Amino acid sequence: MSADGDTAQARTQKLEGLGTRRKRVEDARFTQGKGNYVDDLKLPGMLFGDFVRSPYGHARVKSINKDAALKLPGVKAVLTANDLKPLKLHYMPTLAGDVQAVLADEKVLFQGQEVAFVVAEDRYIAADAVDLIEVEYEELPALRDPNKSMTADAPVLRDDLKGKTSGAHGPRKHDNHIFTWEVGDADATDKALRAAEVVAKELIVYQRVHPCPLETCGCVASMDKINGHLTVWGTFQAPHAVRTVASLISGIPEHKIRIISPDIGGGFGNKVGVYPGYICSIVASIVLGVPVKWIEDRMENLQATAFARDYHMTGEIAATRDGRITGLRCHVLADHGAFDACADPTKYPAGFFSICTGSYDIPAAHVTVEGVYTNKAPGGVAYRCSFRVTEASYFIERMIDVLARKLKMDPAELRRKNFIRKEQFPYTSALGWEYDSGDYVTALDKAMQAVGYKELREEQRRNRDAFARGETRKLMGIGVSFFTEIVGAGPIKNCDILGLGMFDSCEIRVHPTGSAIARLGTISQGQAHATTFAQILATEIGIPASNITVEEGDTDTAPYGLGTYGSRSTPVAGAATAMAGRKIRAKAQMIAAYLLEVHDDDLEWDIDRFRVKGAPERFKTMAELAFAAYNKVPPGMEPGLEAVSYYDPPNMTYPFGAYICVVDIDIDTGVTQVRRFYALDDCGTRINPMIIEGQVHGGLTEALAIAMGQEMDYDELGNLRNASLLDFFLPTAVETPTWETDYTTTPSPHHPIGAKGVGESPNVGGVSAISNAVNDAFAHLGLTHMQMPHDHWRVWKTAERLKLTGS
Amino acid sequence: MAKMHLKFTVNGRAVETLAEPRMLLIHVLREQLAITGPHIGCDTSHCGACTVDMNGKSVKSCTVFAAQANGAEIVTIEGLAAPDGTLHALQEAFREHHGLQCGFCTPGMITRAYRLLQENPKPTDAEIRVGISGNLCRCTGYQNIVKAIGAAAQRLNASKEAAA
Repeated sequence: MSADGDTAQARTQKLEGLGTRRKRVEDARFTQGKGNYVDDLKLPGMLFGDFVRSPYGHARVKSINKDAALKLPGVKAVLTANDLKPLKLHYMPTLAGDVQAVLADEKVLFQGQEVAFVVAEDRYIAADAVDLIEVEYEELPALRDPNKSMTADAPVLRDDLKGKTSGAHGPRKHDNHIFTWEVGDADATDKALRAAEVVAKELIVYQRVHPCPLETCGCVASMDKINGHLTVWGTFQAPHAVRTVASLISGIPEHKIRIISPDIGGGFGNKVGVYPGYICSIVASIVLGVPVKWIEDRMENLQATAFARDYHMTGEIAATRDGRITGLRCHVLADHGAFDACADPTKYPAGFFSICTGSYDIPAAHVTVEGVYTNKAPGGVAYRCSFRVTEASYFIERMIDVLARKLKMDPAELRRKNFIRKEQFPYTSALGWEYDSGDYVTALDKAMQAVGYKELREEQRRNRDAFARGETRKLMGIGVSFFTEIVGAGPIKNCDILGLGMFDSCEIRVHPTGSAIARLGTISQGQAHATTFAQILATEIGIPASNITVEEGDTDTAPYGLGTYGSRSTPVAGAATAMAGRKIRAKAQMIAAYLLEVHDDDLEWDIDRFRVKGAPERFKTMAELAFAAYNKVPPGMEPGLEAVSYYDPPNMTYPFGAYICVVDIDIDTGVTQVRRFYALDDCGTRINPMIIEGQVHGGLTEALAIAMGQEMDYDELGNLRNASLLDFFLPTAVETPTWETDYTTTPSPHHPIGAKGVGESPNVGGVSAISNAVNDAFAHLGLTHMQMPHDHWRVWKTAERLKLTGS
Repeated sequence: MAKMHLKFTVNGRAVETLAEPRMLLIHVLREQLAITGPHIGCDTSHCGACTVDMNGKSVKSCTVFAAQANGAEIVTIEGLAAPDGTLHALQEAFREHHGLQCGFCTPGMITRAYRLLQENPKPTDAEIRVGISGNLCRCTGYQNIVKAIGAAAQRLNASKEAAA
């Protein structure tokens, strides 16, 4: 009991700091329909923009006639590439060192590409005007298959790059070639593969999918011509970077641009990039002098804004006969679509794909990634994962299973045998990453015990016998995945986007009455930053989380930061929050020493106060110190209690986890049921377990969607055949199983509070666990690998190919 | 296009508005009446973000012409709390059980659950899952939504029994 009557436990509880299941402060507005999303914004005189889009995958634009549209009452403007050319705005830079057409310049390169932008009084008139614009096209042969991008007779897609022998990431060997990226020791890997007792080889395709947040992309641009100020509200996962890009593109000084990300209805990577809709809205607002709103519909979202994956990965894995992995080689053909608009740190055109040695101690590895153009939408964003990490994780986790079949070993046993051991951390992988911390054996053991792995394998043996005897038409599959992520980009020495170092920031002001506001360079899209960052701070500075406002997303008020994606908020901005908090505490300590008339060193921190060592009844609470900061600071000290931290992380963080999935497959229909899914996550220090569990549930459901049904389905002409929620699979509550969550805690040694980030782990680990389970169901019948998605049709086709079906 | 004169009740308030015959109910609600709780998430009536209650049924207001709502009684998320501001059991339960993340599907989801619990006051988890299968959520994996709706049902039933 302290001198003011509250027990230490009561004071800690009052803070709702680290580790508590604090209820979300965001929920009050969202449950009452009082969220503030971009389409909710209505400004006086606001107009509405809409696009004419290409119906073709590849075509020459011969003419555009906008006369009829301009005559329609209520239509204010129609923009085409020719209108943007004098402003040099018909192309914009992408985040990957390429350019992308804002409005199609003579050619369209994918279905849904932006051709003309109509501005009208309301969205109905805008849609009418879109119909009245006549575009004459000459259809060209479309390039769908990335395997054919670099053939001699492939159509050249990018006239603007024709003949250029080098690009942003090195030499180009074909007009449809973007880059070749290489990492690792080719010779050592060759040697390991040649000398190996066993080599398994497989083509693993991670199909093109789409993040498809429930809210589509959009913005409202408002140019105040009198003051020369541009304000843009939009679905931006990186508002500060958008401001810088907007300034560079438009020539408007950066201090006269204000970017605001209001509430965002999910992002998952889809809202990282800069899209033509933003540029056109800004131009239209500048030209017309009134606010212009542009909101995608769902078809536009699926057709034109950033997709994810589309990695065609050929792997070779070498091992001894008793299952010791000796080498790994991977060649990736990466389909980037018509423009290279990946959102990766500059030096990493294939993101952090080189984390593909996974959780295993592999002595030699070599990776090449070849990016090519096709007549598909641009993108290649990190859909609920760090940059290309889910591709890497899927690759290695499938390869391990493929190798296990060949070795006739249990896949869990093979994993355990090759794990990086606890004592090897910090561990430098063959491809150059320094893993910060891990305890893989403990996590896998806990997972296997929790699901009763041995018993499940027994049950599977009985199931297979019964199937062979014709007593059942169902097959059981067990999938294990043990993933290691690399998140929290990242150290400025390695990581920048458009030259902007990938630090992040937090600025704190403590008010005289002992409450505070913290502003960050990140932006929540559902992750509940307002709840969890207040918890970090509560523990650091002893002010209850309920007395701390967390604000993000307004570039006029928040400190500069690179935004929220790649699980970077907790590892980077979370660290900045803790560090800024420590500056506040350090100043408070000096004030306390002055008030208590002792030396700083004679004080110790006690939950929400400084007390005199050995005399705990003499103390000053943070609330008292906050007030004193405004009237009784030591001589020579500036008044006030504020701090800012720009945190450049020394390393990435490496969350990991053990997932086990059990499926039952009806052979005659292909219907695959997830009977059980157990997810153990180790994300280091846990800030709010309730929110972690929610993140895991959501990420696993997105993994289910990808593994079981999502695929952007382009035909030979470049038509996207499933650009609506009728055809593009998003699981409902009926298809979604109940998820079991669990954890171990291995703090990050270099993060101020030991946290690693979790939002993307379940997607990274979930896809391979489900896919491994489906493949495992057929493993005893000779199947090595079946490509995703494992929808009913494909699973049934696999059964048919294995001659298991009745017909 | 000639506009129609429409009258209906939204959240207990009588409203009149002019709308073209082609205008969708969701646009009238959001853009003319500033009721922005219901959202637009798709164009094909799959996502359910626009769900409102019309004459005692859940409807997707992106697939209803405003003209069809003439004379109707409409309840949106904004109308679920009591006039004194007391939240509906569902609104409380979604917060209590972490049934939302980005919040975009939430108004439609809660409005659908509001009707579901009148259609079936004591649903099983499986019945809840079927009952909300017209509403998509990309964040939560539904697990905590199902829990929240179950908890709200129990609370509503308990207070009904206490009143009886």
